[in-house]
Amino acid sequence: MKLNRRHFIGTGLVASAILTAPTVWGQAKAKVVVIGGGAGGATAARYIAKDSEGAVEVTLVEANPVYTTCFFSNLYLGGFRDFESLQHGYETLAGGGVTVINDMATAVDRAAKTVTLASGAVLPYDRLVLSPGIDFKDGSVPGWSADAHAEIMPHAYKAGPQTQLLKAQIEAMPEGGVFAMIAPPNPYRCPPGPYERISMVAHVLKERNPTAKIIVADPKENFSKKALFEEGWAKHYAGMIDWIGPDFGGGNVEVRPDTMEVVIDGEVTKVDCCNVIPGQMAGKIAALAGVTDEAGWAPVDPASMKSKMDENVWVLGDSSAQGDMPKSGFSANSQAKVAAMAIRGELTGSRTFPAKYSNTCWSLIAPEDGVKVGASYEPTPEKIASVESFVSATGEDAALRKATYEESLGWYAGITADMFG
Amino acid sequence: MRIALTSLGLLLAIGTVPGVAEEIGDAERGATLFARQCAACHQIGDGAVNRVGPQLNRLFGRRAGNAEGFTYSKSMARMGADGLTWTLQTLDAYIENPKALVSGTRMNYRGMKDPEDRAALMAFLRDWSDKPRDIPEAEPTARKTNPDLSPEILAMEGDRDYGEYLSSECRTCHQADGSDQGIPSITNWPAEDFVVAMHAYKQKLRPHPVMQMMAGRLNDEEIAALAAYFATLD
Ligand SMILES: Cc1cc2nc3c(=O)[nH]c(=O)nc-3n(C[C@H](O)[C@H](O)[C@H](O)COP(=O)(O)OP(=O)(O)OC[C@H]3O[C@@H](n4cnc5c(N)ncnc54)[C@H](O)[C@@H]3O)c2cc1C
Ligand code: HEC
Ligand code: HEC
Repeated sequence: MKLNRRHFIGTGLVASAILTAPTVWGQAKAKVVVIGGGAGGATAARYIAKDSEGAVEVTLVEANPVYTTCFFSNLYLGGFRDFESLQHGYETLAGGGVTVINDMATAVDRAAKTVTLASGAVLPYDRLVLSPGIDFKDGSVPGWSADAHAEIMPHAYKAGPQTQLLKAQIEAMPEGGVFAMIAPPNPYRCPPGPYERISMVAHVLKERNPTAKIIVADPKENFSKKALFEEGWAKHYAGMIDWIGPDFGGGNVEVRPDTMEVVIDGEVTKVDCCNVIPGQMAGKIAALAGVTDEAGWAPVDPASMKSKMDENVWVLGDSSAQGDMPKSGFSANSQAKVAAMAIRGELTGSRTFPAKYSNTCWSLIAPEDGVKVGASYEPTPEKIASVESFVSATGEDAALRKATYEESLGWYAGITADMFG
Repeated sequence: MRIALTSLGLLLAIGTVPGVAEEIGDAERGATLFARQCAACHQIGDGAVNRVGPQLNRLFGRRAGNAEGFTYSKSMARMGADGLTWTLQTLDAYIENPKALVSGTRMNYRGMKDPEDRAALMAFLRDWSDKPRDIPEAEPTARKTNPDLSPEILAMEGDRDYGEYLSSECRTCHQADGSDQGIPSITNWPAEDFVVAMHAYKQKLRPHPVMQMMAGRLNDEEIAALAAYFATLD
């Protein structure tokens, strides 16, 4: 076991250990603190530690001891994955030279260049990386708040117990019951996520409860891979799914958790399970650090992912406002590699190269019926701009759809290995 | 490597030579080549059935990996599912270097290097295809080099450091430890095969939208850099 791990794991010891770190390790070693051990943060921490070969001291602050991926959490709802397969610990990352602290970051002092943790510990940094994912906008769905109602009407949009709760509720629906989803307004994490989820819920209900109905209230005219989802829903789940777009009042919704009712454009429907996916903003610590704009996201330099508000701070993944890239795990992982290269360049003088970004999002519509959408991106002065893109076509044959699904399994194995080592 | 790349250049040229209406090649010579080099595994013609390899009737326009009743390698099945179809170009690439086009192919054949031999062979295969008259006729040897793949570019030293950075993008899908769980492994590849495979995606000879996009935005220097990096991995 590494000496630094023994010092830093746990909470009580952390503060004093870290404050004395400079004298232990010498002044020269540059310090990077990463907040958030998800798709962006874990990747950035791993790549900086791995590629700087000990020249940079990397500390990862993550609230949860185990990360549950949102990606493939819909497949868990559909019965294609078990819950454990979504969970990843930080042991390998810690063994690879990253100091992992399981605690909540509660404040950032950008003038003093320190991060304060819930335990009271204060971590100094030379460069700070924020990849805290999303938080929900209060009041975005009238009648619903995350604090008061997530146990009754789950969001399941941060994977973990919420995902398990939603699955249990779907499976407990009475025969012929109604499942409702309140779909989110743009921008939100994983553009095809809600619709892949609808597909998975329909798959479960078709097997267990075929007379049940699904309604989706959506404030958006259009959504990612819409033609592909509509084709798949008609093919596999005919008559089961009622998608209500803004033209029919899908954007004018209220929920009543106490009576399990959903009001769409004035019409009250009694439901048995309700998945509320509210409007979103950058993870709270980004706003506390003062690097977000009035829309609630953190603007970054397209060429490096560096915050536009502070030259020592980087913002990755869902929290960042960068341009054309969708908020996805793939994007966060891709951005993290550009950031890791740029940060190492600044701290150790290692070579830097022009940024390249890419993304692909797979969705499962029904067993072995997978589709994908993707693009490559490059920085322009204004934003990260899409260069080339592709999307699965409607009417593809079963062999290609199966190959696409199998590819997504390969990607999941690949990205989680790339994040956690 | 040089031979392989030059011929990819030639293949590209096939599509761009306007109105050259010569024979593909000498079909009679092709029949002899087939008997010597292919017939041990493949049948073609009246009553042809699958043997070690699939029967090769109506090959042009046929989806790869689609002969009824034949069990293909995972790799060939995947390329077929992705949309690889046998045309003059794809067939020429496969016969020249089977593994460059379909890396995990079970066809245990080292490849036919001489473009004229391949042209003769294809002229013969074409005679057993549907509507042979509709299959474009052009001399694969009509153009000798492709300006984009000049010897200077081919001799380019890859920048390994740059390759290492570029490879980080590949690791989201291709696992660093080489395991293959739905996406093929790309570690431990000979540099030549790697370069040829990337150019085959870039020139859209290999189907697959993700890889066509990934390779499409890499220039020759970047492909060389990646090859240099992957070549030093053990
Ligand atoms: C249902 C669903 C399906 C999805 N499917 C896909 C998919 O198929 N493909 C894909 O690419 N993406 C998918 N996504 C999107 C993907 O999960 C996110 O875009 C990605 O996780 C974003 O990475 P991130 O680093 O920005 O945030 P996250 O991965 O959410 O990581 C943030 C981490 O920061 C921690 N944290 C936050 N604040 C603090 C703090 N103050 N102190 C300490 N720790 C903190 C959190 O605990 C969390 O672990 C899906 C999302 C959902 C909801
Ligand atoms: C040692 C046996 C062997 C030899 C020699 C051989 N092949 Fe093959 N061939 C195979 C096998 C096995 C396959 C199936 C490959 C796979 O599944 O990956 C195949 C596949 C093919 C295919 C793809 C067919 C399809 O249905 O997609 C073509 C085309 C082909 N061979 C042509 C040739 C030609 C032309 C020659 C001679 C130059 C040749 N092969 C020599 C064994 C052989
Ligand atoms: C989004 C996921 C993804 C990314 C990113 C990606 N690949 Fe691929 N790659 C694939 C898939 C899927 C295949 C299989 C394609 C096929 O069937 O032809 C593949 C195939 C390949 C092959 C051929 C392998 C074989 O056995 O035939 C090579 C070589 C390759 N990729 C190299 C790269 C390089 C180099 C990069 C980075 C610059 C990269 N890939 C990035 C998904 C990806």
